[in-house]
Amino acid sequence: MSRFASEYGAYLAMILAGFLPNEVWRWLGVIFARGLDEDSEIVVWVRAVATAILGGVIAKLTIFAPGVLAGTPLSVRIAALVIGFAAFLLVRRSVFAGVLAGEAALVAGALLFGIS
Amino acid sequence: MSSGEVQPTTSFQAYRAGLAATGQSVFSYVLFGTYIGIGALSHDFGFSIGWALACTVVVWAGPAQVILISTLGAGSGIAEAALAVGISSARLLPMVVALLPMLKKPGTSSWKLLLPAHFTAVSMWVEAMRLLPSRREGRIAFCNGLGTGYMMTAAVATVTGFYLAAKLPPLASSALLFLTPLAFFMSTVRNARELVDQLAFALGLVIGPLFAYWQLGLDLLWSGVVGGTLAYALHRAREATR
Repeated sequence: MSRFASEYGAYLAMILAGFLPNEVWRWLGVIFARGLDEDSEIVVWVRAVATAILGGVIAKLTIFAPGVLAGTPLSVRIAALVIGFAAFLLVRRSVFAGVLAGEAALVAGALLFGIS
Repeated sequence: MSSGEVQPTTSFQAYRAGLAATGQSVFSYVLFGTYIGIGALSHDFGFSIGWALACTVVVWAGPAQVILISTLGAGSGIAEAALAVGISSARLLPMVVALLPMLKKPGTSSWKLLLPAHFTAVSMWVEAMRLLPSRREGRIAFCNGLGTGYMMTAAVATVTGFYLAAKLPPLASSALLFLTPLAFFMSTVRNARELVDQLAFALGLVIGPLFAYWQLGLDLLWSGVVGGTLAYALHRAREATR
């Protein structure tokens, strides 16, 4: 941040590079949603697109992991996701159980590969 | 209230119900973990605590914030950072378009939808899509309550992470970073009650990393359009044969 001449410069950069390019999609969403009904076919399609994007985000965060998470082997990350999903299905579709089991698997796997 | 009977609800009660719902949501823990990471990242790149906090409230999208902090912090130009953030945030458009029709009644002014649109992020969207069907009244206020609750959690975590400032050992940081994909995965599966949504999710899981690997531009947006459209087409084909 030292490259910004002042603290104000950093805030200006946040608005120009963070707020505006992000928020514009929300404003466009408000405009496009006008006159759409929640049961209309286009909303079913749009929901499918949003859900598929979410699937893509999850897979990318797991496979092309950010930061130190990239230090754990890919096999451990994928196995942890599968184990978490299995626990989720076994324990009455509990998100909490799935997250707990997945995290335990990741930590165990990382320890096995000497990451501490 | 879950009975769905017509019960007079004031906006304030609906807002409070939304706020309370975040207390029982797994996303509060996930957000806390994610934003501890974002707070620590802001600190490491030399931003101030005020800047980090404002960023959480004003941008309010985890991936966009990670990109913004790491590009600006690494010395990229504002235009380049803006483009990277804009591309990553395109996923907000279909989320807002899918959510708002559930909030509107005939004659609802678009201005009232700007705040719930601002609060729309993966966590709030997934919980709103799950909880809204059981509510008849006060859906806008309920969503604003959800958004406020999550944002407060994220703000506290941003400050906590800023001061923890990546003093955590690699194993603890890895576990924190893994929270996001893990919890998003389970919650999305739990929400996908209809075949079209389950198909879309599975296709996105496979197509997303493929498109990223091939380094197509806008790979997430394309994987959504291709995966979602394929799922929708299969759903239509199945409906037609019934």
